[in-house]
Amino acid sequence: MSKTLVEKIWDAHVVKSEEGFPDILYIDTHLIHEVTSPQAFDGLRKRGLPVLRPKQTVATADHNVPTIDQHLPIKEELSRYQVDMLTKNCAEFGVELYGLGHPFQGIVHVIGPELGITLPGKTMVCGDSHTSTHGAFGAIAFGIGTSQVEQVLATQCLLQQKPKTMKIEVNGTLNAGVRAKDIILYIISKISAAGGTGYFIEYAGTAIQSLSMEARMTICNMSIEMGARGGLIAPDEITFEYVKGRRFAPQGEAWDKALAYWKTLYSDADAQFDSVLSFDAADIEPMITYGTNPGMGMGITQHIPATAAQPDSEQFSYQKALDYMGFKDDEPLLGKQVDYVFIGSCTNSRIEDLREVAEFVYGRQKAPNVEVWIVPGSKQVEKQAIEEGLDKVFEAAGFGLREPGCSACLGMNEDKIPAGKYCISTSNRNFEGRQGPNARTLLVSPLTAAAAAVTGQITDVRTLLNHPELA
Amino acid sequence: MKKFERLTSTVVPLPIENIDTDQIIPARFLKATTREGFGNNLFRDWRYDGQNEPKPDFVLNSPVYSGKVLVAGKNFGCGSSREHAAWAIQDYGFDAVVSSFFADIFKGNALNNGLLPVQVSDAFLHAIFEAVSKDPATQLVIDLENQTISLPATGISESFEINPYKKACLINGYDDIDFILNQKEEITKFEQERVSFG
Repeated sequence: MSKTLVEKIWDAHVVKSEEGFPDILYIDTHLIHEVTSPQAFDGLRKRGLPVLRPKQTVATADHNVPTIDQHLPIKEELSRYQVDMLTKNCAEFGVELYGLGHPFQGIVHVIGPELGITLPGKTMVCGDSHTSTHGAFGAIAFGIGTSQVEQVLATQCLLQQKPKTMKIEVNGTLNAGVRAKDIILYIISKISAAGGTGYFIEYAGTAIQSLSMEARMTICNMSIEMGARGGLIAPDEITFEYVKGRRFAPQGEAWDKALAYWKTLYSDADAQFDSVLSFDAADIEPMITYGTNPGMGMGITQHIPATAAQPDSEQFSYQKALDYMGFKDDEPLLGKQVDYVFIGSCTNSRIEDLREVAEFVYGRQKAPNVEVWIVPGSKQVEKQAIEEGLDKVFEAAGFGLREPGCSACLGMNEDKIPAGKYCISTSNRNFEGRQGPNARTLLVSPLTAAAAAVTGQITDVRTLLNHPELA
Repeated sequence: MKKFERLTSTVVPLPIENIDTDQIIPARFLKATTREGFGNNLFRDWRYDGQNEPKPDFVLNSPVYSGKVLVAGKNFGCGSSREHAAWAIQDYGFDAVVSSFFADIFKGNALNNGLLPVQVSDAFLHAIFEAVSKDPATQLVIDLENQTISLPATGISESFEINPYKKACLINGYDDIDFILNQKEEITKFEQERVSFG
């Protein structure tokens, strides 16, 4: 019987399937971090249970770590306690930890792929909704709550209903200045912040296939922003090339066997999806959000859609969002001053993102009215950036390269945007207060963020693309 | 886990759509390492101003509305996977959340804690908001066994969906770990028989 990619991977991991019950799904790899794991370890203690397969769990500290002076003790007491608790729990239960100071530390969804932990065909979970990132490799990867973290620690399995499947095709060639972030913000603006709920999404089409692995991660990362727990892309030569030689990737004979299996991981030509959507890459321009959910996005040259144009039942919430942002119906955003630029998060903090920003700002200066934070996704990304001299480019432009962590994406550490201020951000959520109480977030690509960093205002990056290699 | 059977209560209305988990419990309050106490910061930034004074126009600060059921607009609980959102709602004193649409992860987290998410039609949700705005003492009845939700004052009622396994968990107060631990032999067998790549 023909199957979708999701069904192939899912079916290969079902321990037990029984009518009236969710499937018992085997989990290959479990990633954990300091914020959503302490209560799970506590649960194990109360039940007197060990971690069933400690070698299949990897931990890091990312959500509340500072991004300057990481070699010093964490100043914020509760954050320090939570990070210490992770260290203690990992030691007690035999889990590998890439904590602060470790050369592999970083945002959990950045380190999995770069270490070769993330592989095609795997099932992966983490107590973080952006676990969908790992789907870029053709893996089933999704976020879970803390009770489920405990469940996976105790049993290496998860009780889970098989999801519905959706295929989203993007075909054609991308316009100049349009990046993966713009593709996903465009899709979300079309299908809404709830449009993917209940589905795992397979991204396909020529515009997706042409993307690098890091760009594919940006796409899959934001699947949850339309409600889909998972998003994935069939592995291909670009995937295999990226994975080969990474630290925990299979080697030698094991590589050959794995590769042969990975090449079977695609949706069969006549496989049935529960929903299929198709978009034309040529319709996409650099995107920006204007509201308080990622579905409230538009092309950067457009005007904010009018409240009256929204369905009756949604007008109250829509108006509330515009009021929070300090925006009005029909207003354009181009030329509006911004206060902060944040380049980072599990969506856009990888080496290609930093390279692109560096290339754009090279020979340019930061605008005086903005503060710019560049936060690499991991120690390895940071090291690579320094080796390539990107830090020097940033310094010359007037920014600093900080140390890795989730940072201002969710403001759990000191990196908070002050109340009322506007932040152009490469992160994934523009929710009220996400980057700090009453902070106002505008989601964009790293390229559009870099443009705002040098102009101090919302800018159509295409007007500044005088570096021919960026076009 | 807390058991759930039947609930009759007044409700707290929150007619806003896309309420995300950052509103339910902002990230800066996720630093606790136990499950208790999150209710104090439920809807923190809607509930309190910058000086930590209660905002009088927010429904949780209103003397008019109280009850064990939170009723909210569609796509409730979108965003982060933080189970702290379900803990905060429960810790505050709610036993059920009613909406016309729930985000997946939130729904699962709620069910795993004995907090019942009840998905109703848009029309029924609207009817609740209308009835409650006319009379805040309006009672809502949720019957898990029969999977019905009703507003006796208006005479309207509808049925709601719930996975039969999760329903049994809620009624009996047992959780997924108890269930999977009983299948440990099958897990070991699966591990031994499968071909693993990497």
